[in-house]
Amino acid sequence: MSETQTLNPESGQGDRIELESAVVRFAGDSGDGIQLTGGQFTVASALAGNDLTTFPDFPAEIRAPVGTTYGVSAFQINFGGRRINTSGDAADCLVAFNPAALKTNIDKVNRGGLVIVDSGNFGPRDLKKAGYEVNPLEDGSLEGWNVVPIDISRLTLEAVADSGLGKVDALRCKNFWALGLIYWVFGRDRAPTAEWIEQKFGRKDAAIAKANVDALNAGHAFGETMELLQDFHGYRVPKAELPPGLYRTITGGDGFALGLAAAAQLTETEVVFASYPITPASPILHHLVKLTAYGVTTHQAEDEIAAACVAIGASYGGAIGVTSSSGPGIALKGEAIGLAVAAELPLVIINTQRAGPSTGLPTKTEQSDLYQALYGRNGDTPLVVLAPNSPADCFTMAIEATRIATKYMVPVMVLSDGYIANASEPWLIPDVDSLPRIPVTFRQDPEGYLPFKRDPDTLARDWAKPGTPGLAHRVGGIERDSETGDISYDPANHQRMTDFRHAKVAGVARDIPPQTVDQGKERGRLAVVGWGSTYGPIKRAVTNLRAEGLDVSHIHLRHIWPLPENLGALLDGFDQVLVPEMNTGQLLTLLRATYAKPYEGLSKVTGQPFKIAEIEAAVRSRLEG
Amino acid sequence: MNAPTTPAKLTPKDFATDQEVRWCPGCGDYAILKSVQKVLADLKADKDKTVFVSGIGCSSRFPYYMDTYGFHTIHGRAPAVATGVKMANPELDVWIVTGDGDGLSIGGNHLLHIIRRNVDTQILLFNNEIYGLTKGQASPTSAIGTRSSSTPEGSVDAPLDPIKVAMGAGARFVARTADKWIKEMPDVLKAAREHRGCAFVEILQNCIVYNDAVFGEFTGKEAVPGTYIHVEHGKPLLFGGGRNEPPVKGIRVKPGTFKLEVVTLGENGISEADVLVHDKTDPVLAGLLAAMTGPDFPVAFGVLYEDAAPVHDDSVASHKADARKKTPDVSINALLKRGRTWMVEGPGA
Repeated sequence: MSETQTLNPESGQGDRIELESAVVRFAGDSGDGIQLTGGQFTVASALAGNDLTTFPDFPAEIRAPVGTTYGVSAFQINFGGRRINTSGDAADCLVAFNPAALKTNIDKVNRGGLVIVDSGNFGPRDLKKAGYEVNPLEDGSLEGWNVVPIDISRLTLEAVADSGLGKVDALRCKNFWALGLIYWVFGRDRAPTAEWIEQKFGRKDAAIAKANVDALNAGHAFGETMELLQDFHGYRVPKAELPPGLYRTITGGDGFALGLAAAAQLTETEVVFASYPITPASPILHHLVKLTAYGVTTHQAEDEIAAACVAIGASYGGAIGVTSSSGPGIALKGEAIGLAVAAELPLVIINTQRAGPSTGLPTKTEQSDLYQALYGRNGDTPLVVLAPNSPADCFTMAIEATRIATKYMVPVMVLSDGYIANASEPWLIPDVDSLPRIPVTFRQDPEGYLPFKRDPDTLARDWAKPGTPGLAHRVGGIERDSETGDISYDPANHQRMTDFRHAKVAGVARDIPPQTVDQGKERGRLAVVGWGSTYGPIKRAVTNLRAEGLDVSHIHLRHIWPLPENLGALLDGFDQVLVPEMNTGQLLTLLRATYAKPYEGLSKVTGQPFKIAEIEAAVRSRLEG
Repeated sequence: MNAPTTPAKLTPKDFATDQEVRWCPGCGDYAILKSVQKVLADLKADKDKTVFVSGIGCSSRFPYYMDTYGFHTIHGRAPAVATGVKMANPELDVWIVTGDGDGLSIGGNHLLHIIRRNVDTQILLFNNEIYGLTKGQASPTSAIGTRSSSTPEGSVDAPLDPIKVAMGAGARFVARTADKWIKEMPDVLKAAREHRGCAFVEILQNCIVYNDAVFGEFTGKEAVPGTYIHVEHGKPLLFGGGRNEPPVKGIRVKPGTFKLEVVTLGENGISEADVLVHDKTDPVLAGLLAAMTGPDFPVAFGVLYEDAAPVHDDSVASHKADARKKTPDVSINALLKRGRTWMVEGPGA
């Protein structure tokens, strides 16, 4: 079902304050429907023509005790009339449904920002559960913000009084009441959300659907009629200038799933995706299970190792094996990935990184598995490493990983992270028919077949799948003769095979785009070099600094191993190179080791993405004074 | 293209590779290899559609000696790799070769799950009750008291029974044979191959170096009469006569209990009619037969249990067919446009 619609021109917003962009944050109990509320606001903002980026910030616990600080779930959206690169350093507007949400989120709101709280949830018990001794709405501690206490709970109950719902169900509508109010604040159209509510609840329970729509409308009417702040008539955020075409929103999880389905069609080869549940990687599986008709077979394995082995078995069997996990699961897959390197089979491994070590912070983002991707196996075991820089780029990189894996008969590790996985952004839907086909050929000719004979150009061996007459052969993890594939303990053969494996992966560098400069000059005083999800904050920071006249450029790597052939020369054109990473300097070490230059790092490992201001400050301190 | 056609008559040699077999002289694995090659020849198997997948250990070198497709994988993971092979191409005849350490220790989890999923494969678990390739440590099937390089004073850990593990995981085909049952083994392997679903075969196998003769008493030519029984579906559970002699004993349910007991034909008025008839579709009987050990009972060989159940390959295939039926337009362009979309008009629009 397609619900394509053209945006209507805005109207009746004469008295509103115009903002180039705004950041809104919703926070409440994990059972309050925060993510759903945020999702609806995202759609409304996209339909209003804004560019945007969203980021859900939820706890690892599914339903922590109600009202506690560790049960708070939040959703942040940055939207605007200009290109939006991050979910925003700090919020301009916070909606907090209880004291715990206020307590854990107030420091993420700009001073002077609008803070709407459900004062109906600020009783003595609620305050105690959040750890407040005194009501923060009364003790003056929130003086720096424009706090608007509204008894959203009571107003919601009033709004849905004739719905026939019991109190518990009626109170569940309060997120839509608040959403209605925020729609008024930013001049958003309620109709698409009302439609969505009808579709979601209408068939099962018309009363619940009606109550939620009533709450949405009541919240909006409250904004229209009551003066939230003196002389405040809401904000107006203009449309962004986006390239024309048909759009949808996309998360990193969606990007990988759709990209793998596209890869199945571009290769005309079935994809077998095997994984084991793990945060924050599971959304890829959840999406792919719906894409069986598109040539993707999914398998929930008994453990991480099995997931990797099912994918490898599938590749041996002639499908494109894909496995996915997060760092701890990738650690378990290590030996199996080594087998795929040794047997020279295509394999795509997606690592949605999270903060480590060990269990670490499962729902928080980090980029600390780069060493693991490069080196986390026994033996000299090279593979290809890619890193998408945004949710939409996951689509592109899933296809690129498949191309390289099948062309070179090699595992490809794709490094995403918790931010990219869950963040969403508008995506100009590409025309898949215009993408280059990925030719996959299976050996058919038994004449002269040698399982480990290589293509002289790519050094890839032939892919011969079981069932092909005359090509019966054995492969395995014991070192293989460089032609027959039979077990070989010959010292010279092991040297030769190790060299082949290295040269094959190194040769991929000739088959990837040369590194370009994302923003700024090709030579200059300072280059900021990033990879993965730091793209947004680096891009915005460099845009801002260049507008101030600073000589800074942004280079973003998407092919991490092998590195683009021209990268060393490119970096030589800069006096300084700064590498911001959400780890303690892993890409930095790789670049220093490769080019033997004193590049500098900028490390952040708080489980939160970089703020634009943090990167700006690091660049300034090197270029000013 | 000169695709080879299957000749009218195949011999075990047609399934042998040019690789020198590197098991210890006298190892039980040789007999198993021969038996498997014979079975595939007898059944006129298509070597191009046959895949042997193994893990790590002495037994797992098996694929190198079979002139079929083969994948020697990593320790314990053969069932998972085999599952992937079947998902890519369910038409392949996939055999898994594993051992007691590979299958029941490091790879125990995968063994459980391939069985409960009922992936259409044959699992040959070579049980020699010892780690061979790593030089003789106690294995998860070693009897208590086994003296080994890792248990010089005798092992203290209770052993696993492979058949009980398989049945506990929901196996729908369970059989036991032994390297020394050269005449009987092919029929068991044929039955395993003909079973649709995951067929689990425990093969007692003598490790001549580290655990010699541990099954000597009840396997092969030198076996002591009365220590073993070959069961057959629909036939009475008779045994104890020795080679080429009529049976002298039988097995029946001990009256008033759920236990089996050994009875002697002709004693206390016992005749063949009093003896239990083997019903391979009865999982309770299979469990009782599998648990029989000396000295009070004979060790049971043959197909202990077989009862068809839905097969993973079919479930995956029908899931795919359903999905395709429900999705007439499988173009990715249509997929990308599913759900909420919006149009951004160009400046001049």
